[in-house]
Amino acid sequence: MAGPPAGRPGRDKRRQRLEILLFVTPALVLMALFVVYPVVSAVRMSFFRWKGFGPLVDFVGLRNYVSVLTDSVFTDAVMHNFTIVFASILVQLPLGLALALLLNRRIRARGLLRTIIFVPYVLAEVIAGVVWFQLLQPRTGVIETVLSSVGIPVPEQGFLGTPDLALATVFVVLTWKYLGLAVLLFLAGLQGVPDELSEAAQLDGASWWQIQRRIAIPLIAPTIRTWIFLSMIGSLQLFDMVWILTGGGPANATTTMATYLVNQGTQRGNFGIAGAASVILFLIGFVMAIAYQFFVLRRDTKAER
Amino acid sequence: MARRSRAFGQGGPLVYLVALAVVVVTLGPVLYGALGGFRSNEQLARDPAGLPDPWLLRNYEGVFTNPSFWTYAFNSMAIAVLTTAVAVLAGVMAAYPLARYQFKLREPLFLVFVLGLLFPAAVAIIPLFILVTRDLQLGNTWWGVALPQAAFALPVTVVILRPFLMALPRELEEAALLDGASRVRIFWRIALPLSMPGLVTVGVLAFVASWNAYLLPLLLLQGDMRTLPLGVADYSSEHSADTAGVLAFTTIAMIPALILFLAMQRRIVSGLQGAVKG
Repeated sequence: MAGPPAGRPGRDKRRQRLEILLFVTPALVLMALFVVYPVVSAVRMSFFRWKGFGPLVDFVGLRNYVSVLTDSVFTDAVMHNFTIVFASILVQLPLGLALALLLNRRIRARGLLRTIIFVPYVLAEVIAGVVWFQLLQPRTGVIETVLSSVGIPVPEQGFLGTPDLALATVFVVLTWKYLGLAVLLFLAGLQGVPDELSEAAQLDGASWWQIQRRIAIPLIAPTIRTWIFLSMIGSLQLFDMVWILTGGGPANATTTMATYLVNQGTQRGNFGIAGAASVILFLIGFVMAIAYQFFVLRRDTKAER
Repeated sequence: MARRSRAFGQGGPLVYLVALAVVVVTLGPVLYGALGGFRSNEQLARDPAGLPDPWLLRNYEGVFTNPSFWTYAFNSMAIAVLTTAVAVLAGVMAAYPLARYQFKLREPLFLVFVLGLLFPAAVAIIPLFILVTRDLQLGNTWWGVALPQAAFALPVTVVILRPFLMALPRELEEAALLDGASRVRIFWRIALPLSMPGLVTVGVLAFVASWNAYLLPLLLLQGDMRTLPLGVADYSSEHSADTAGVLAFTTIAMIPALILFLAMQRRIVSGLQGAVKG
């Protein structure tokens, strides 16, 4: 890599530094102002009792954290987030993989199918949520009408109104919304699997399923691990769909960490509590991301080098 | 020939059956919304899963003649355009030295952007709300929403654009330097035009994310400044008895993102593929 051809190294160095600064400054200012500063303020806010006006004076130490961690609404919310994380991996991963393997076969209208399956992902969560809210209306909604017409019993309060079913229902809607992304990413990975490998295996008498299991799936493992990472982060931040479908109810059965902190901050004015909940949400996400990076993704970067 | 017959033949009908089921499940809710907009509430109540009979245009007419709808759509458009412009410009400027310069802090600086991917907007949402409304006095304005959204779009923009800029041939740059062109000039005249495909990808991603955003606009915008997703949510709760009207409003609100997606499909897909492999 050759440097600039001009002669005086000291001046060039200074000039180069100035150019780098010029290019990077707008992005760094935006990130510092709208990402780093708010995160730092959330941490600061979490140590005070504060109702959103006046100076931060009422220092309470870790009391907000104690309140949040002993609030069963919040600990349930953490459970709900983790339920979504694990349900996504257990349900969406095999489903997405199966669809990607099917759509990777030489079938008619493959391009159209890929487009169609990606449509829900493009819609705003709120807009998709409003449509599903209508579909899931108790008694008058299409889903209950169709189910009861074929003799399947429906819950009296509706799927979203029954505490035991609400979270599962939200998960089904999320699966509808996000399965397309999984399929698309896995298909992208499958494009990179060389034909020669499966052809050679086929000559050796391997079945379609054997080829997928022994060759295709292992080869797209890095893509799968990346998807798991994205899905994990997304599940921990879950807000829009829950806010529209249930608002966190019924009886907090679908509260997530994000709906909890927005509710505490904007509706109840407990900014200190909201701050503590934000910090806990961030720490959980951060620890999971680092652990995942360390134990799982590191293998991928190593393999590439 | 054996290979072809295997791919087409065995399990063929089953594959098509699964594909059909996927299409029905995927498009069902969207079509239900679109068709429901052509029905009356009375039709919807009588036969929730039926087809429009007769087809009514009045719900859609109601949306198009509703001035609030156009206000929301205009706000969404303005905010998405501002977000996209700021995110793409600041993003490509930051990605350029990270791709084309050799300096000690290069990788640590890049790491700052990678770490930015880990900051969920929800964590910072309350302080962000206070910062924008109280400290910057930008509450209830387009910029108040666009600037934070651009900031949160930056990490992914930089991460996708850097490999694009790295792949540009070095010879072009060296020739221009020998001709006495400045780095800034090379950036505008050579790097930017050549990385256009990447810019379009990150631009579409930033635009769609802004167009679909809910939480930040929900906290920052009121009244006539609200965006389409907020409008849909409000309309749906205010007119909860008028299901057909809600479905028409929601369906129309879906169209812009769908058109943009269909037009830019290939680019989004290749951008995402690059991001996954990269």
